[in-house]
Amino acid sequence: MAIIKGTGIAAVNYPTGMNLGGDPSQALIHATTTGNFFISLSSTDLGQGLKTVIAQIGAEALGVPFENVLINTADTDTGPHCMGTFASRTTHRVGNAVVQAAQEARKVMMEVAADELEVSPDDLETDGQGNIRVKGSPDRSIHIIDLALAAHFKYGKTISGRGIYMKPKSDVDPETGKMDPDSTEAHACTVAEVEVDTETGEVKVLSLKSAYEVGRQVNPALVEGQIRGGSLMGMAHALYETTQPYYPAVDHMPGGFSEYVLPGPMELPEIESVVLEYPSVNGPYGVKGVGEMTANSPIPAIVNAIYDAIGVRITDLPVTPEKILRALEEVEI
Amino acid sequence: MASKIVTFTLNGRRIEVLVKPLTTVQTLLRDQLGLTSTKAGCKQGGCGSCTVLVNGDPMMSCLLPVEDVQGQEVTTLEGITPTPGLHIIQEVFYENFAIQCGYCTPGMIMVSKALLDRNPHPGREEIIDALTGNYCRCTGYEPIIQAIEEAARRMNGNGN
Amino acid sequence: MTEEKLNVVGQSVLRRDGLGHVTGKTIFIDDINFPDMLHLKMVRSPLPHALIKGIDFTKAEKVPGFIQALTHEDVPKNIYTILCLIGVGPDEEPVLAEDKVLYKGEQIAAIVAETEDAAMEAVSKVKIDFEELPTVYDVEEALKPGTPVLKHWGTNHFVYEGHHCRRVRFGDVDKGFDESDHIIEGRYQTSPVEHAPSETTGCVARPEPDGRITVYTNTQALFFTMDNTALILGVPFQKLHFVGGTVGGGFGGKVDVIVEPIAALAAMKTGRPVKYKFTREEEMRVSSSRGAWRIYFKDGVTKDGRILARKITTYADAGAYNRHTPYAVTKHAANIAGPYNIPNVWIDAYCVYTNRQPSSAMRGFGVTPASFALEVQMDKIAETVGMDPWAIRFINAYRNGDMKPHQKVVEDATLIEVMQAAAELVGYELPEKFKKMSSLNREEA
Repeated sequence: MAIIKGTGIAAVNYPTGMNLGGDPSQALIHATTTGNFFISLSSTDLGQGLKTVIAQIGAEALGVPFENVLINTADTDTGPHCMGTFASRTTHRVGNAVVQAAQEARKVMMEVAADELEVSPDDLETDGQGNIRVKGSPDRSIHIIDLALAAHFKYGKTISGRGIYMKPKSDVDPETGKMDPDSTEAHACTVAEVEVDTETGEVKVLSLKSAYEVGRQVNPALVEGQIRGGSLMGMAHALYETTQPYYPAVDHMPGGFSEYVLPGPMELPEIESVVLEYPSVNGPYGVKGVGEMTANSPIPAIVNAIYDAIGVRITDLPVTPEKILRALEEVEI
Repeated sequence: MASKIVTFTLNGRRIEVLVKPLTTVQTLLRDQLGLTSTKAGCKQGGCGSCTVLVNGDPMMSCLLPVEDVQGQEVTTLEGITPTPGLHIIQEVFYENFAIQCGYCTPGMIMVSKALLDRNPHPGREEIIDALTGNYCRCTGYEPIIQAIEEAARRMNGNGN
Repeated sequence: MTEEKLNVVGQSVLRRDGLGHVTGKTIFIDDINFPDMLHLKMVRSPLPHALIKGIDFTKAEKVPGFIQALTHEDVPKNIYTILCLIGVGPDEEPVLAEDKVLYKGEQIAAIVAETEDAAMEAVSKVKIDFEELPTVYDVEEALKPGTPVLKHWGTNHFVYEGHHCRRVRFGDVDKGFDESDHIIEGRYQTSPVEHAPSETTGCVARPEPDGRITVYTNTQALFFTMDNTALILGVPFQKLHFVGGTVGGGFGGKVDVIVEPIAALAAMKTGRPVKYKFTREEEMRVSSSRGAWRIYFKDGVTKDGRILARKITTYADAGAYNRHTPYAVTKHAANIAGPYNIPNVWIDAYCVYTNRQPSSAMRGFGVTPASFALEVQMDKIAETVGMDPWAIRFINAYRNGDMKPHQKVVEDATLIEVMQAAAELVGYELPEKFKKMSSLNREEA
């Protein structure tokens, strides 16, 4: 009886967007005379940070300060259609719709600025600080508030834009399974280090060290949040979680947190990661979906690490102490 | 059984409430007093989202009868939030991304407050120990642990 | 890569909703209340498979605060329509059970009352006569002749365009097996898992003076939920107004459209706001779970580690109803062969019904079990051919320009790059040939 260490790896891909496409999302942008830009959506934030990353993408595409971009979501009377928050799709889909809407709004903004500054729109640039200025002559500029007032009261123009992103729905060939399921693919590789107590069957995950490739990080702290939360969820799936501990039997179904086994802060392994960025062709600023994938690679990496430690491959999740002890017993006999 | 008048201190103010026997502090706060920062994630004492402080100790208000706080001091997140601004613990949770969906956050902040009031220099193990009754599905806990470490540094005057 | 200069994309700006979260002022469904609001609680099946012979509300109606009971007869179109909206049929799940139930916890009747306590008490006093039926819980058992058939179309599996399963056929697996030095098989089983969001699923439906119904909900998909609700209620879409966007954790558990239609119906029937929010126990035992999958691998591999053929038979346990599982099976079929370049692949992926709570979407839907099974299988292959687990993955890694088994050309491969980065992170010294590899081209390792 001993405590034995083991290391395991796993490498995975994860698709962005609803399988087979057919999941459009729209965005509307309009500027008020206050120089603020409202992005109207019907998209939902589950905690991943949609309201923040969409404002970042909108600000970037409009060329205006982040603080001047306000998100109005989610209301079916005021927000245009969004398919929903799932399938690692919202930053990609809604982000693309926002970029398209921003381009239309920006075009009007630059035309009005050109009239005000008496130059061609091609000679103008945004400074990201709230000014539109003549290239090469930074002192000749107009602030977005003045610009928004001029557009409304002087030129009778709306600074607004519409955007939609759609990957058309495709069919599966029923004979061969030929299909176009995804928009792009993110990737991850996790190295797990575990310690198995052969007396109690308990597994302690010492570390999860991973590399992720996510196209482009709109907000690195929020990506990090997905990585940390996803890693612990993956570990939970690998070792603890089940609503039916003796599946396919349905007995012992938990009805609350005191019965449903989850790792807490006590069980936290060391989590370390690097993030690579290889921009996708079709994501806004090259993004790929990251939310779901982070839970996937830790699971097989942990199971492989357990095998490395004790020479028993348990292929039935979760790998509970009971399963480990029973498997070890069989090997010994 | 007849309803009862219970008197206690809530967020520094003495109040008198009329409750049915076995009404929980959670129900009183949320449904009778409209103080909704105290969440109701399970009503089973399993998630900690309803944590309030009773005389400075963290308690799950979903299991706590109002009669039991007679004469005691109860503090909720509303009670530690300054106007204007944020408590240092709120500030570090915000700045360190120790929040995602936000549902567990009030309970997490209340247990952090109880810990730091009792122990201004907690070690990592002590922080983890303080968090074990509070559930979070989003963050993986590490950002919360780090936020509490940072709060301790700032409260001791050597944060950044 | 061209590096464009970016102002705010790429910056870790603080969360827009952060101040609301840390002060507890963010409004979740539980925090939305109206003075005249009613509460809805559900009468659920205590049995996993049974015929309903009769329902008696007599005692429930006498509970002080009882307002109304709703059964399937009150639901204009008593069918959950989530899959028909995305073009995947057939309709099969009733909003409220009619003559039978297929899982323990299935919704039979809604009780609307003045308080939550009154609603729960009334629920406990509803008497139902059942005739118990035999059950099936195992996905492979469910496909054998002689087991109880759960679906009106006469099988315990979803039908994919005339096939029993979603198929992928690429190359010639038998030929691949013949050319292989090793045949490596594996059986993998995952478990049902609860999403366990901090906030349980729920909504409040409120009749407005103009005749519309506003539904405040924590759904992950606002229009999808509204469209389904309108179809079930048989009302024009403009009668409904859905407000949401703040969700206390979803993870896929809040896309099933279960609470909104019945709450909106109750609001229409009573003319008062109605809240229907799952208890934690309902969230765990009744709301959909991550499904369990059983996956069989058979791989043909050469002695130098190249996978020549991969044959996979896989079963998704949908539980009693489809929810989104038929969709996930197709997504699973597109991903189960893995990020590897394999010339011959054969996949049969089944969506199977059993008498347990329905499973549905969860983070990594259909792919999480695939990644688990295939990455453990990769280690098994490495061991059999006597190779390092890193090496087996580098040798077989897909690269841009390769053809996937579902006949899509690989475009955005970075598997090699993440493996190189992970090896560096843990200080594992890769052989030079793997360090030099790239997903961008196919120079042989």
